[in-house]
Amino acid sequence: MTHKFIEPKAPPISDRSVVGWMRNNLFDSPLNTALTIIIAYVLLQFIPLVLDWALFSATWVADSDACKAGSGACWGLINAKWRFILFGTYTYDEHWRPFVGMLILLGACVGSTIPVFWKPMRLLLLWVVSSVLLGIIMWGGIFGLSYVENTLWGGLPLTLIIAVYGTLFAFPIGILLALGRMSNLPAIKSFCIFFIELIRGVPLISVLFMSSFLLPLFLPDGVNIDKLLRAQVGITLFTAAYLAEVFRGGLQAIPNGQFEAANSLGLTYWQSMRMIILPQALRLVIPPTVNSFISMFKDTSLVVIIGLMDLLGTVKSVIKDPEWRIFYAEGYVFAAAIFFFFCYSMARYSAYLEVELRKGEGH
Amino acid sequence: MTNLEPHTERQVGHHEKTEDVIKIRDMNKWFGSFHVLRDINLNVEKGERIVICGPSGSGKSTLIRCLNRLEAYQTGEVYVNDILLGDDVKNIEAIRREVCMVFQHFNLFPHKTILENLTLAPIWVRKMPKKEAEEMAMAYLERVRIAEQALKFPGQLSGGQQQRVAIARSLCMQPKIMLFDEPTSALDPEMVKEVLDVMVELAKEGMTMLCVTHEMGFAKEVADRVIFMDEGQIVEQNEPEPFFTNPQNERTQMFLSQILSHH
Repeated sequence: MTHKFIEPKAPPISDRSVVGWMRNNLFDSPLNTALTIIIAYVLLQFIPLVLDWALFSATWVADSDACKAGSGACWGLINAKWRFILFGTYTYDEHWRPFVGMLILLGACVGSTIPVFWKPMRLLLLWVVSSVLLGIIMWGGIFGLSYVENTLWGGLPLTLIIAVYGTLFAFPIGILLALGRMSNLPAIKSFCIFFIELIRGVPLISVLFMSSFLLPLFLPDGVNIDKLLRAQVGITLFTAAYLAEVFRGGLQAIPNGQFEAANSLGLTYWQSMRMIILPQALRLVIPPTVNSFISMFKDTSLVVIIGLMDLLGTVKSVIKDPEWRIFYAEGYVFAAAIFFFFCYSMARYSAYLEVELRKGEGH
Repeated sequence: MTNLEPHTERQVGHHEKTEDVIKIRDMNKWFGSFHVLRDINLNVEKGERIVICGPSGSGKSTLIRCLNRLEAYQTGEVYVNDILLGDDVKNIEAIRREVCMVFQHFNLFPHKTILENLTLAPIWVRKMPKKEAEEMAMAYLERVRIAEQALKFPGQLSGGQQQRVAIARSLCMQPKIMLFDEPTSALDPEMVKEVLDVMVELAKEGMTMLCVTHEMGFAKEVADRVIFMDEGQIVEQNEPEPFFTNPQNERTQMFLSQILSHH
């Protein structure tokens, strides 16, 4: 028997062409062919209508009468009210400040996503510096900036502040709760279980409501905790409780051998958690962790019930104006687009992170 | 070195000598109501190489896991380097700095490179400067003939290579005692030899070793003493030559006939 080495060849043409792809994916069975045709028909009916409403017949000038005369979307609403929608009741002439504040905050977020900053000291420095700058620019009161009370803050910067600081603090608290719940020390374990189950067992609205209306009743007269701070703490603890369970899932997926190897090398509990267990566990739970953050980002709009005006709050307030009332859909579409932009960015980053952190490990 | 001394006359449990680096007195352990280790008495001298064998479930792995407190025992006493191994965390930490373990499934840290796997404990536990730790790690990788893989991740290495890395990782802690828990059982057959070769070299350099293994060739070549365990008890122990040629206990005879029958 003679053996001839077989050179690698290109796959058949039908697997590589567009027609081949369509045959394999869209028309490979009678059922799929039928579904493809139905969906194509629906899309062809639907897309022109949407495009016509949103673009071709839309009114762009900031004039509600012109909008009422037109047949499409009224983007004039956004044109007329965008500053209130974005910055809420913040002093009108000072709107550049929440804008710059927002850039600082987003800059810090983007910075934290870059591996160069993934050193504890660098991250700490980045966040301390940008938080101080954010505070100065938002509150003012020094460097010739007029003082703006945080009850006046609103719109997108407020949404971002609550979401970003909620994320920042919920993450470590969630880790501690997860470790506590898995601890051998009965007191710590029971406390963590109690906390997690209590917070998970009630809706976020009631946490915010309690922090806003019930807490002051128990505080002595004259002691007044800032409303924004209360909302921030409420949302942070709420998210932390959910994250704790996500992290616990990750911790349980780490083989016992990793704990044993770390122990037998003489690493302490905190050393082995920090360097061996948590890096692996957290990486496993990137998708559900980002899921929690996205859901928290959207939940920030609930702060409206305690009188804070976030992005959705400012939109709602704008469409109460009788002049613009009938164009509520445009207002909500605008808010939805902004929420989608941030949530989708987080989702993409999570996907990037999963790939990036596995690079070179050869799994 | 005292490991050439015959162990045949040794009465387990009555051997008092400061050279003993491990002293186990009447140790008992239960998993729930299951009595997994029963009245274990064992002394190990400095530099001694011990092979522990026995059927699965006989408690041999549990025995060595009790020596660095991966498992806690309930009654009796264990001294390692004259330090009492009990609930005291300081003692446990002190003992773990001197006793290293090689596992059946290697247990390398998959998110760290080979070099990082080796330098982690010296840097954090021994407080060694990073550069020094890396030089030492490379020297040990050289010794287990795997230095060229230093910057790879464990997942990119074969089982045999991973186990050699695990041995090098233990050696980086410069332990006085090494415990091996079935180090070749999870390996493909063609990789067993490369790991055993490293262990034989280690044994010949005078490391105190306790190996749970079924590699009887290894036991014959390097062991000072072979211990046979069954049902949580030390049934028989002897030097390899008389142990294999003339086992005393019926259960030892049966065990040996089973594992040696296809050799």
